[in-house]
Amino acid sequence: MHLLPDLKKALPARASLAPTPEEAPEAMRTEALSAWFGPHQVLHEISLRFPARQVTALIGPSGCGKTTYIRCLNRMHEVVPSARVGGKVLLGGEDIYAPKVDPVLVRRRIGMVFQKPNPFPAMSIYGNVAAGLRLTGLAKGRSLDEIVERSLRQAALWDEVKDRLHQPGTDLSGGQQQRLCIARTLAVEPEVLLFDEPCSALDPVATEKIEQLLFELKKRYTIVIVTHNMQQAARVSDLTGFLLMGDLVEFGRTESLFTTPKDPRTEAYITGRFG
Amino acid sequence: MRRSTSRRDRGSDRPRRSRNPSDRLFRGATLGFALAILGLALLVAWQLFIHSKLSREQFGWSFLWTQTWDPVAGQFGALPFIYGTLVTSVLALVIAVPLGLGTALFLAELAPPRLSQWLAFMVELLAAIPSVIYGLVGIFIVVPWVRVHLEPALSGTLGFLPLFRGAPYGVGFLTAGLILAVMVVPFITSVSREVLLAVPRVQREAALALGATRWEMLRMAVLPYARSGIAGSILLALARALGETMAVTMVIGNKPQIAASLFEPGYTMPAVLANEFTEATDDLYLHALIEIGLVLFVVTVLINGIARLMLMRLAVPAGPVKR
Amino acid sequence: MRARPYALRKATNAVALGLTGAAAALTLGILFAILAYIAANGASALNWDFFTKLPAPVGETGGGLANAIVGTLKLLLLASAIGIPVGFLGGVYLAEFGHGRTGFVVRYASDVLNGVPSIVIGIVAYTLIVLPMKQFSSLAGGVALGIIMIPTVVRSTEELLKLVPSNVREAALALGVNEWKTVLFVVIPTALRGVLAGVLLSLARVAGETAPLLFTALSNRYWSHGWLEPTASLPVMVYTYAIAPYDDWHRQAWAGALVLITMVLGVNILARLGVSRRASAS
Repeated sequence: MHLLPDLKKALPARASLAPTPEEAPEAMRTEALSAWFGPHQVLHEISLRFPARQVTALIGPSGCGKTTYIRCLNRMHEVVPSARVGGKVLLGGEDIYAPKVDPVLVRRRIGMVFQKPNPFPAMSIYGNVAAGLRLTGLAKGRSLDEIVERSLRQAALWDEVKDRLHQPGTDLSGGQQQRLCIARTLAVEPEVLLFDEPCSALDPVATEKIEQLLFELKKRYTIVIVTHNMQQAARVSDLTGFLLMGDLVEFGRTESLFTTPKDPRTEAYITGRFG
Repeated sequence: MRRSTSRRDRGSDRPRRSRNPSDRLFRGATLGFALAILGLALLVAWQLFIHSKLSREQFGWSFLWTQTWDPVAGQFGALPFIYGTLVTSVLALVIAVPLGLGTALFLAELAPPRLSQWLAFMVELLAAIPSVIYGLVGIFIVVPWVRVHLEPALSGTLGFLPLFRGAPYGVGFLTAGLILAVMVVPFITSVSREVLLAVPRVQREAALALGATRWEMLRMAVLPYARSGIAGSILLALARALGETMAVTMVIGNKPQIAASLFEPGYTMPAVLANEFTEATDDLYLHALIEIGLVLFVVTVLINGIARLMLMRLAVPAGPVKR
Repeated sequence: MRARPYALRKATNAVALGLTGAAAALTLGILFAILAYIAANGASALNWDFFTKLPAPVGETGGGLANAIVGTLKLLLLASAIGIPVGFLGGVYLAEFGHGRTGFVVRYASDVLNGVPSIVIGIVAYTLIVLPMKQFSSLAGGVALGIIMIPTVVRSTEELLKLVPSNVREAALALGVNEWKTVLFVVIPTALRGVLAGVLLSLARVAGETAPLLFTALSNRYWSHGWLEPTASLPVMVYTYAIAPYDDWHRQAWAGALVLITMVLGVNILARLGVSRRASAS
């Protein structure tokens, strides 16, 4: 299967009036980031730079470490038993793994949307969006209603749920649940948004909605998205990194990575010869 | 490992926990309660140990194999109670194992899943009936039935065995064993059912593919696979039978004797505790009774410990929990 | 292997499977027989006096078990005050943090405690409370029942919290919510119905306990005041009346049994329905 022609067609659709990735200021960076599960090393010294208000996609076959990598970016990797991390993750120049840093505060600045929609089952739609603020004590003296509405609007969900805000979040369809999770993340106003294969559990229509949403969100947020869907990476991202067996094989502007890959392994992957 | 990059390894084999003070406080508090449970188990053992001191010092190990139980003379040997406990429990298992296992096989293998769930729930209701109610039904319904029907029938047919000789009293080892059997069936059934349901489908299909009938499939493939889990369920039932108090106290006749016939009245360790504890007038008597409690504790802890280990490997919940 | 004729194999199959069906029928038959006896004997003995009057003096007929019903409720209240917090928070520890060796040891200790005969727990409540205070009391009985409740609450809490998918925990952590708030306000509410059902079941179990009360709460033919007097309880009264030689007491024992079993089975069925409705809804 040859994907290259398709991918080339997909590329021009991307709005490119924004500053080029190289010009954009840096929002986050990893330096020699490694990760282990028990004795098993799953990431090998990955160094990457994420420009502000750009979408960076990470692609690669399953098991290549892309999900582990993104979970290291907001210190979610370490909540799994036996997981370890080495190296640095710099957010605005500060290492989020420095000994004095509280992971809880890191996660407020770096939000995450997961592979499977995971609204809180015991909470309403409203409660889900408000949860982050309520549970982090940020709700004090602010109008929750306003924040909930704004977040749901940003997540393009407001019109669909405004009349049933107090029904359980789990009553929504899969795509709506995922946008609810995005709204929940936006409500705490993070600086960076991490998406871990956000569409892998969704149908094509719901997927398209999420992708449109990414274009809107990148005006305000720095976005990192993990996907195993190369067309998706080509459609939504400015920069793409290709990971293979825990190594970063290639990183560059999305157009050049997909049209003129430098590494033969990258070319093999995007032309569908493995993965 | 192609490159070793452990410049700044963090964390260990355990998940990294937040060091936020409120999180540490919360973890510490729940840990405190968890340790309190551990402490409680140790406290139970310790209390039984120190409060049986007089009896342990006076009688030593002979407490376990002498027969005289004479509070007036200050002479205490627990053998009749140990004997009664063992006889009734073994009798209970002899009846309950085929009954419970048969029920489990029916529920796990033959009944449609939804029906099976409801029937399993009803079997568990048997375990939820309070022990004293089994005793009540025992006194007024089972004892007369055993005296009038079962014991004459047994001595008429199997009377050549010493087990089934003697006058039909109604109260005695036999009735206690019968009632205990009903009480422990749910333990065997519900745990065995879980174990049977956990047998992988490939095991069954392999046997069926060889042309086995359903029963042959169960015997060849399913039962051997589930063996240790079923054994665990039987041990749980045994531990339960050994410690069962009220129902047995109400139907066994409460006579400290060692008799060959199952028709004879007897006594068990929990029953003597139930009957005599408030009558223990002097310390030695009290300590002798508590030593019986200690023996009961040690035996049930050992049996339960083994049963849990057997079931743990299968990751089957060990229910229904004792009430 | 000697080949057996197919007809014989088929016959064996039918007989063996038929026997398992017979075993199941017998087991369930016994359950229904017990329930039927209690309903029949108990219903004819139940009346309003049973719930409102004190026991009649020995030799007289009539009277009721009002003090035993109140006594049982008092004992359950005290047992809950001990068993629910310790069991629940211990279960939270095991579910959320109990992956290591401490968790294993505590889990095992809880299982061991669960297997200890209830009369032995009664002895311990006796040595801990009755001996030093030199009197039988509701306090001692409630403590005994509380200890018996703990392991069942621990286990059901742990199992139900573990059923909450880890992605729910992760979602909260990723929002920057503290661990304790994640557990308390996200994980526990998700499992709340099941946890409550588990607590109710353990209460139903200790409600029928007799043996550990015999020499802790003892019994009482009158009202028990406060926590430091002996108290009557429904199961102990059923026992006392069942082994007594008076027909009127036997009648009341059946009535007591009916009340007890209605409570216990009612809670069992309610808890079961509550949990299964939730399971089918989500």
